[in-house]
Amino acid sequence: MAGYFEATSDGAAVALDEVEISILRSLTVQLLELIGPGDADSGSEEADPLDALFAEGPSEPPTDPALARLFPDAYGEGPGGTPEAKTPEAQAEAAEARSASAEFRRYTETDLRAGKRDAGLAVVRSLDALRPAESGAVLTLGPEDSRVWLGVLNDLRLALGARLEITDDEDSGELYQLPDSDPRKPMVMAFLWLGGLQETLVETLLP
Amino acid sequence: MDPVSVAPTEKPMETENPETGEEHAEVPAANVPWVTVVHNDPVNLMSYVSYVFQAYFGYSKDKAKKLMMDVHHKGRAIVSTGSREEMERDVQAMHSYGLWATLQQDR
Repeated sequence: MAGYFEATSDGAAVALDEVEISILRSLTVQLLELIGPGDADSGSEEADPLDALFAEGPSEPPTDPALARLFPDAYGEGPGGTPEAKTPEAQAEAAEARSASAEFRRYTETDLRAGKRDAGLAVVRSLDALRPAESGAVLTLGPEDSRVWLGVLNDLRLALGARLEITDDEDSGELYQLPDSDPRKPMVMAFLWLGGLQETLVETLLP
Repeated sequence: MDPVSVAPTEKPMETENPETGEEHAEVPAANVPWVTVVHNDPVNLMSYVSYVFQAYFGYSKDKAKKLMMDVHHKGRAIVSTGSREEMERDVQAMHSYGLWATLQQDR
């Protein structure tokens, strides 16, 4: 797994072999399954667009750690959570942050999920459009596709990072040294490879 | 823009003397600026965080890098300031990029 992005005159390109294509596709499909349909009645094709417009999203943070990382609370102390509120003022503040986060989530999470889903689907489509020969295929991305891919590579790494329970900078260091027998090893290899892909893709987008 | 600080710098608004409200009737307490805070994260790449600050906020390469380093070393950095609505927009955008961001009233 050594394929990394290189800048082209109009975007970026990466050579991928069949295994790499299949890993990327499968991880992205898993991400799409994780993100889910987003709104409750997406099953009906005839859904009134006005209903969708006024439909409210969830107010509680997702319980799955990977989803919770993709859709964090907008108010509060951020990673690490709010230290236990001791004073009545701090408790009131924490309650206010929870309520504001719930409100924010109701109005934004559906859109956020839709955006991430569309990006994931675009990645799957571009992988499916490849016609790998024996030696693999070259994926070429224009500037807009590059931005979409960059976001999806990031979401994939966030989801894998949550699964691998990477919560501080030291955790990621430890992962480099896992023995081959560790059950997390394949996921770690994928995580590191995606990091290389993302790093080289972002370089092609930075002026 | 506003030379008069109506923001109580130490405590939240509830403790503000209602008397002071009269003087600044034009500037409701809700106008105390809000900020978008981006938090450190062990997964997001430093280059990607810099890229997002340039791409979304239009910050220069140097400014984006300085903010990214602040996030990395201090654990968090204020990346934008404005009304609550504007900051909610910025936070939503940061979440769409996968950065962990929150908004809060600047005090």
